[in-house]
Amino acid sequence: MDVSVPRTLDEALAALADRPDAMVLAGGTDVMVGVNAGRQTPTAVVALRAVEELRTWSVDGDRLRLGAGLTYADLLAPDLAAMVPALAQAARTVGSPPIRNAGTVGGNLATASPAGDTLPVLLALDAELDLASVEGRRTVALRSFLTGPKRTQLRTGELIVAARVPATRPHQEYRKVGVRNAMVIAVASVAVVVDADVGVVACAMGSVGPTPLRAPRAEEWVAGRIDWGTGVPDAGVAAEFGRLVAEESRPIDDHRSTAAYRRHAVEVLARRALESTLAGVARAEAA
Amino acid sequence: MTDTTYSLNVNGADRPVAGAWLGESLLHVLRERLALPGAKAGCEQGECGSCSVLVDGVLTCACLVLAASAVGASIITVEGIGPAERGEMTIVQEAFNDAGAVQCGFCTPGLIMAVHDLLDRHPDPSALDVREAISGNLCRCTGYGRVLAAVEVAIERSAR
Repeated sequence: MDVSVPRTLDEALAALADRPDAMVLAGGTDVMVGVNAGRQTPTAVVALRAVEELRTWSVDGDRLRLGAGLTYADLLAPDLAAMVPALAQAARTVGSPPIRNAGTVGGNLATASPAGDTLPVLLALDAELDLASVEGRRTVALRSFLTGPKRTQLRTGELIVAARVPATRPHQEYRKVGVRNAMVIAVASVAVVVDADVGVVACAMGSVGPTPLRAPRAEEWVAGRIDWGTGVPDAGVAAEFGRLVAEESRPIDDHRSTAAYRRHAVEVLARRALESTLAGVARAEAA
Repeated sequence: MTDTTYSLNVNGADRPVAGAWLGESLLHVLRERLALPGAKAGCEQGECGSCSVLVDGVLTCACLVLAASAVGASIITVEGIGPAERGEMTIVQEAFNDAGAVQCGFCTPGLIMAVHDLLDRHPDPSALDVREAISGNLCRCTGYGRVLAAVEVAIERSAR
């Protein structure tokens, strides 16, 4: 069949094995743009919209498993937003209501745009991806899954089933710069995740490199300059953190912005994201 | 390239589609094969909202839906949003008319769908909810002042 609309993951994997040429279609918000413009001419399609098991989430101990078919609108549900607030913040900045109703976590991962809004958050959370094909299942760290602009480790016949992230890291924030609020692709974005229990800061950036990037030197530098008992950083730490994060960005000039502006934006976003996540830690410690 | 044949449920009726290319969007099929030109082809990349329809009750850009994958879904277009009687308008459509929220009319069907979707979920939305709900609909004529006024009128009349 040229167009299949499977109802289960097993059916979807079988359909994909049967037609390795098939284009995989989740929410369509990236793929159909290419098809409409004639850049892609599919000979077969496996559409995932009816695979309900991909559109579920669950908590197992301190891990949250997000099905690849969850839409941005799904991520805004209060119970999910409470566990991964930065992911809800990222979802909230995507497109408009109809785009958030359609676009999915798995689609964002598979498209692997350097500007994908959920990607910096998932990267800062050290997400692991569950992948499946008729050959079997495997788990890949997002960090190694993203190999370049719109390039991933996903193999022919393989689907993203879920992303797994910590469920118990409430101090996190996503910030993004674009030309307006709605319908905007990130010019620069930053996600900061703070784990006050072990004294770790994770920071990832979007739209400033071939893939979303972590800022390991800034992360290591800042972790030793925060009083983890109170969540209060040493004087000037947030500003210096922003500068260090910007140093680890690798922006380019393109039709959306300049490298210089992006580097500046990342510095400001990282500083503010650190300040507000640490303020959250301070409030929690005071409570 | 192989032709694709399937049937879509549009505005409550099963509509056969024959001889289509498998990559056709729902927007293309509605307009060019099913004689339903209410959803407008603006950007065809999900930016303008002019092709908004309901797919299984969810506000969706028809240009981003692969038509052949929408088999089995209930699709409602602007032609099917109102009373069946020819010429009758919904409260939202009347409000747009009365508030002068229509100039060239290109964005109007999409805005009507977005406002219906909003009021179905939130009968008494805040001003911010309204702006958020129409944030994916581009108007290049009037600006949005009269559109927002029309939504106010629709909310008021719906509450009666």
